[in-house]
Amino acid sequence: MKRWVFLMTAIAAAASLGLAQKTKLTIESWRNDDLKIWQNTILPAFMKKYPNIEVVFAPTAPTEYNAVLEAKLKAGTAGDLITCRPFDQSLELFKSKYLDDLTGLKGMDNYSEVAKAAWSTDDGKTTFCVPMASVIHGFLYNKAIFKELGLSEPKTEAEFLAVLEKIKANGKYIPLVMGTKDQWEAATMGYQNIGPTLWNGEVGRKGLISGKEAYNKGGFLRAFEALAKWRPFLGNGYQAQAYPDSQNLFAAGRGAIYPAGSWDIATFRQMNPKLELGAFKPYTFPSLGITQCVIDDHPDIAIGLNAASKNKEAARTFLSWVASDEFAQLYANALPGFFPLANVSYKVDDPVAQQFLSWRKECKTTFRSSYQILSRNANPNNENDLWNASAQVLNGTMTPQQAADFVQSRLASWYAPQKGNK
Amino acid sequence: MNRKPFPWHIVVFLAPAVLIYTAFMIYPLVDSLWLSLNNKASSGAQVFVGLQNYGTLFSAETWSKPFWNALWNNIKFFLIHMLVQNPVGLLLAALLVTRIRGTALYRTLIFTPTILSVVIIGFIWKLILNPVWGVLNPIGINQPFLGLESTALPTLALISVWQNVGIPMMLFLAALIRIPEELMEAARVDGASAWTVFWRIQLPLIFPTVGIVAVLTFVGNFNAFDLIYATQGALAGPNFASDILGTFFFRTFFGYQLQPGDPYMGATVAGVMLLIILVGVLIYLLGWQRRLQNIQF
Repeated sequence: MKRWVFLMTAIAAAASLGLAQKTKLTIESWRNDDLKIWQNTILPAFMKKYPNIEVVFAPTAPTEYNAVLEAKLKAGTAGDLITCRPFDQSLELFKSKYLDDLTGLKGMDNYSEVAKAAWSTDDGKTTFCVPMASVIHGFLYNKAIFKELGLSEPKTEAEFLAVLEKIKANGKYIPLVMGTKDQWEAATMGYQNIGPTLWNGEVGRKGLISGKEAYNKGGFLRAFEALAKWRPFLGNGYQAQAYPDSQNLFAAGRGAIYPAGSWDIATFRQMNPKLELGAFKPYTFPSLGITQCVIDDHPDIAIGLNAASKNKEAARTFLSWVASDEFAQLYANALPGFFPLANVSYKVDDPVAQQFLSWRKECKTTFRSSYQILSRNANPNNENDLWNASAQVLNGTMTPQQAADFVQSRLASWYAPQKGNK
Repeated sequence: MNRKPFPWHIVVFLAPAVLIYTAFMIYPLVDSLWLSLNNKASSGAQVFVGLQNYGTLFSAETWSKPFWNALWNNIKFFLIHMLVQNPVGLLLAALLVTRIRGTALYRTLIFTPTILSVVIIGFIWKLILNPVWGVLNPIGINQPFLGLESTALPTLALISVWQNVGIPMMLFLAALIRIPEELMEAARVDGASAWTVFWRIQLPLIFPTVGIVAVLTFVGNFNAFDLIYATQGALAGPNFASDILGTFFFRTFFGYQLQPGDPYMGATVAGVMLLIILVGVLIYLLGWQRRLQNIQF
């Protein structure tokens, strides 16, 4: 008996000694869906390389994350590494001195300016989170239907509308699977999907922020006009068709083309593994002289360093690893549809995800026009206005010009650089 | 002089209710009203601004337009309940009180939706009315009722009526059962038809319940939020056609998506909601209940 006790004590002591030498890092995150991926794939790979650092992934429910994180940061009990939401939420944390400046971190030069913008100060000089992943917008299509009707992937607006016309004439399938009930698809998968090509991506988006561009002029107005052309091709009763309805319709093979975000790839693979999924990028407008494609490569998730962390050395090591190709490779394949933002080489196994990723090389990239700075005001809120206006354009209750004027006048009502552009 | 001792027992008996009510109802209410009299200074600190928030809510176009829209929608929502839910509830109660076969079964079935979660009700009706695969499609009803500005609000109000009709029915039924049988018998002996008995005897005797049902409907409707949120989301689409005060308050106070929450304006909206409900209840108390007492005595 005594010997047993001695043995147990010895083992416990040895174990604690072993642990004591390790630095323990905790990651705060809202991605509780990804718990398994972090525990079984990503973190073991890191800990194999850096045996002295132990990393624990401690997620909270997505809807509670912001509140829980803020409470923990205030109480000083938050983990060493903080998963960052894009734009203002993380900027607030940085301004409140809860996050460290990571501008000089090793590996930070692996990121483009667009990739860093969501986690940088308004002047773009200071970055406080290491970008992890983005989602890319484009179109998914049902290859079997395209084959049956003898269609090919459209590259220009004219081709796109011609394809839709043919599917509609055939009458068997819904040409364009999207509804307006939840409103956000109209703005996110519609307006912000085909729009960047028309407003020349970053040039247009930055122009809005500086006041050089306006929602009711040039590319931003044309994007509403281009969106309005989708209206005849939406399914019966699309006004009351919600996002899950659209997903089910497309997964069941009842629709031909689905305006998508890359996260949908994983959903469709799971809902109907037999679905022959194809993808084409947002089309160009040669009739308007626009042949350069621009994609919406929207930053979604990043990771930062808690300013109150006691293990900053180890945490910075981990963050540099997040910026490496090894992490990119692991993350991209564990979560197809979420694309690492680092300019390092990695290969995605899913062919459709690979296709989305290849557009980064073929096209210029930008992100949603309303996300940086312009949606800071509670009322009127630019993002909400875009949802409403885009949905109304598709419902036929607003003309593109009315929609553009509505969004612009409400932005100009509070945003100083736009004050002159009514 | 023989002074009576202080009646401590009254204090002791009142204490639990007063303390709990103060801590969980009165204090939050006063605190919320206080919040509505403050706003954020440019430094981020809270400053007292008096009634300025209320002025903004009623005069600034970006606030007043959605507010009046929500209030008007809320009035329509309430009127549909008053015109459909309560008469139908009364009709059902009048039928059930005649003790036709299967009364207990009908009573239970009609009351069941009331005890279901609103989230489930919203989900079920979204499926039933779905133009893509709703169960009504085979019989030709495949309009996007929840997606058109003209039909969204009436549809939601009728869903709410369907869910809640059991409550007025039960209240009316309880009141009808309490009416002494002799009164009706006497009327029938005098040759009154069932119709006359209902209009001349039963209805006047359940007037107090009619008032209670009306005021419950009023308070419930002007506090409503959950059904709209569950079926239409916080943006209460399309184009805010189904936005009522509850959803307007929710968006303002808690924010939505990229829209940051504004606790001060949110508390202001809540203050106006309180005022509306207060006025409604006062009208009921002074205008209806008092007159009833006069009749009864």
